[in-house]
Amino acid sequence: MSSHVIETTVNGRVVAAEVEARHTLVDFLRGTAGCTGVHIGCEHGVCGACTVIVDGVAVRSCLMLAVQADGATIATSEGLAAQDGTLHPVQQAMKDEYGLQCGFCTPGIVMTLASLMANGARPSEADLKEAISGHLCRCTGYQGMLKVARRLGAGERS
Amino acid sequence: MNVPQQPIGQAARFVGERVPRKEDRRLLTGKGTFVDDVTMPGMVHCAFVRSPIAKGRIVSIDADHARTMPGVRAIYTHSDLPHFPRVIGLYGSAEASTPIIMPLATDDVRHVGDPVAMVIADDRYCAEDAAAMVIVDYEAADAVVTLAQAATGATVHPNLSDNVVQVLTSAEDAAFDAAFASAAHVVTGTIVHQRQAHVPMETRGIIAARQGMGEMLIYAASQSPHMVAQQLEKSFEIPDVHFRVISKDVGGAFGLKVHPWREEVAVVAAALVFGQPVKWIEDRLESLTSSNQAREQECDVRMAFDADARLLGIDVNYRCNIGAYPHGSDAGGLGMMMLPGPYKVPHYRYKATGYYSNTVGQAAYRGPWMIESLARETLLEKAARQIGIDPIELRRRNLIRQDDQPFAMHSGFVIDRTTAYETMEQVVQHVDLPAFRREQATAREQGRYLGLGFAVYVEPTTMAFGGVLSSDIAQVRIDPSGKVTATISTHSQGHGTQTTMAQIVADELGVDIDAVTVLEDDSSGGGFGPGAGGSRQAVSGGGATIRATRKLADKVKVIAAHVLNANPQSITIERGRIHVAGVAEMTTTVKEIAQIAYYATERLPPDTEPGLEEKYRYRPPPIVFSNAAHACVVEVDLETGKVAILRWITCEDCGPMINPAIVEGQIAGGVVQGIGGVLYEKASYDAQGNPTAVTFKDYLIPTAHDVPEIEFLHIVTQSASEGGFKGVGEGGAIVGPPTLVNAIADALSPFGADCLTLPLSPPQVLAEIAPRD
Repeated sequence: MSSHVIETTVNGRVVAAEVEARHTLVDFLRGTAGCTGVHIGCEHGVCGACTVIVDGVAVRSCLMLAVQADGATIATSEGLAAQDGTLHPVQQAMKDEYGLQCGFCTPGIVMTLASLMANGARPSEADLKEAISGHLCRCTGYQGMLKVARRLGAGERS
Repeated sequence: MNVPQQPIGQAARFVGERVPRKEDRRLLTGKGTFVDDVTMPGMVHCAFVRSPIAKGRIVSIDADHARTMPGVRAIYTHSDLPHFPRVIGLYGSAEASTPIIMPLATDDVRHVGDPVAMVIADDRYCAEDAAAMVIVDYEAADAVVTLAQAATGATVHPNLSDNVVQVLTSAEDAAFDAAFASAAHVVTGTIVHQRQAHVPMETRGIIAARQGMGEMLIYAASQSPHMVAQQLEKSFEIPDVHFRVISKDVGGAFGLKVHPWREEVAVVAAALVFGQPVKWIEDRLESLTSSNQAREQECDVRMAFDADARLLGIDVNYRCNIGAYPHGSDAGGLGMMMLPGPYKVPHYRYKATGYYSNTVGQAAYRGPWMIESLARETLLEKAARQIGIDPIELRRRNLIRQDDQPFAMHSGFVIDRTTAYETMEQVVQHVDLPAFRREQATAREQGRYLGLGFAVYVEPTTMAFGGVLSSDIAQVRIDPSGKVTATISTHSQGHGTQTTMAQIVADELGVDIDAVTVLEDDSSGGGFGPGAGGSRQAVSGGGATIRATRKLADKVKVIAAHVLNANPQSITIERGRIHVAGVAEMTTTVKEIAQIAYYATERLPPDTEPGLEEKYRYRPPPIVFSNAAHACVVEVDLETGKVAILRWITCEDCGPMINPAIVEGQIAGGVVQGIGGVLYEKASYDAQGNPTAVTFKDYLIPTAHDVPEIEFLHIVTQSASEGGFKGVGEGGAIVGPPTLVNAIADALSPFGADCLTLPLSPPQVLAEIAPRD
């Protein structure tokens, strides 16, 4: 097994480590970077619990190798709220709309929605709902999340 | 009905309100603590070697090469585990024929995924590498997979004479046959419910770490740390080891995590041998092949009606396939007891038979007895079509009304303080039935098939009639800092009990909810309670919390009255401030009283125990009935067989709601799991017993595209429990499925479709409308 030294920036902090070629990004983020809010739900790219933002794009970190993230800037749910603790609008909407119960799928969903709303982008309610449908939640029946999509969707926020 | 909610405590500011959840900030910011988030010095990782065949004798296990692989620390088989702990299920029937269950296979394997050996390694990668290199030689035998095979095929468990778990029958009723003979209408049908998986988004997982000599520290994904501790004590029976179980955030459970099962017990046994902390986190492949499953039932039903469409009797023959190693060996007794539901059924007869098979064992899954509502409500709908009566009118003629309660069921359960009829009428009114029928007729002219389905049910929540569900305990204390801590035997795997129980404490004590912390994650704190299960936490945990907090509030008042030289009856507590009625200037705070109680005990009234901590163990009424009626509207695409759900309306009566948002969340979660069961999910096996739905590409659970926005209605009647609460956790998964089935059957009524075989996946829907021979 080959080892590789990689350097990433995770939530604004440089994280460098030696990883095996086969190590997944999610294992690197959880085990080395300490971002245990990145959850492993299926390890085959369907459930979305491990979603993080890599260089601006939401990705399933169970389907990406850690070595592929060498040089990348990565954001996880741990880094989303402001320094003073103010929640990101997506986090706040999820809280206000009771969008979570057990909270296991939640960080992945938050990152997917945050990626769509980055840099002032204004996705539609339908776009947000489409994105949510790429995540599996077994607790809520998605009721709160559908309200989040409506609340954050363009045309509803003014 | 719709009685105003009785405020509990002196000033209900939180109970009854949509209070934001205290859990959410940590979960939204990635700061939850799930079992896989815990690491310990020296911790090693486990992977299981699992059987690739459904039935066979283990001829040999060769782990010699695997032991030499990088990172491998140990490989254990059954004979390497020193204490031979037995794995003990919780919910089995004492009369049932029961196998001996060991953590790892001993001489033979009985389902695909049966754990045969375990690899302990430096990380999970190495453990899986080595598990793949453990060579097990099997002498394969023909497996019994289906219900039919289980009934007649080879025995699954060598210590049992056949595969029959038990046969349950109703009491003799000499007038039964005469009632059916006199019937104007007899309606028959066979309901087939496929096997399902629980699919919590967090799989099972455990860490076992010996601490010093006497303590075995466990981190577990569970429904109650106390239950895990008690079950491990029973499994191991080691006098000098004390099990301390911590179960912080848990990513859903739904019955699967009610107690430790074979792999978890094996990990604890391995940790005892290996001496270093051992972690096992189930992966999704293991979860979909080796976590216990649910349902797989067939139910023949006959219903007899008189000329006025009044029920004369119900006759049921029920069979279930409970796999090889079920959490509970029984034949579905509760389903049979509940099948008459909220209806007056003069004569009721059932026979229920459970069978073992070479498939994964069954476990309780949200509304484990739901076949009763599915069978009854779908057959009632079929009866309405056959008799030519409106299905709502049919129910009106047969439902138990207020005047009928208390109403003794054939099972002996007494239905009381329920509102099945009233919830149904509310739903009917909300749907606007005549308008829908017009819309349906117009749509059919355009070749579009809309359907409307109803279902009504009652639910025996709490179930504190004995055994582990008998009681719960709350210990509430005010620290010298003035902070309030409630240690309660509830447990949340998404239920939000850290919020709901804090709402109760804050109201009963007269403090702000931010001052209250609820602890429920550590078996070393508080006392035994079964945690989540049986839709009981609001009733049992809530009742305990009310009474413990009242005792504490009374003590605060006695001390405050003494300090302020006032009468305890004149003391009130609001937002942490203490007032004397009529004397505005006489005031103090809970914090000051707490400091006196701990630090200035000379200022306490004579004979008063120092400190501010009280507890109460509450035994709720044996059964607290809740009820609901649901309706949904669907459109069925005849070309593809796809069902689209256009509307869903619920009206439940779960008594006073501690937090309506959390109540609605529970209902919605149950409904959508029910949608999955009706439309998508099937834990399928091939003829050899190989599971064939082992990824989320094959085992389909509902997504956001598959669900409507649910419309919630509420009726509130008090139960006899403290606080008047009733359980609500499971109901959506019980009454939801027949609601949806009935809507599809209504849409397809021009084709004479029964829709009694689940799942109603597109191929099954197309089969329902195919021309019959």
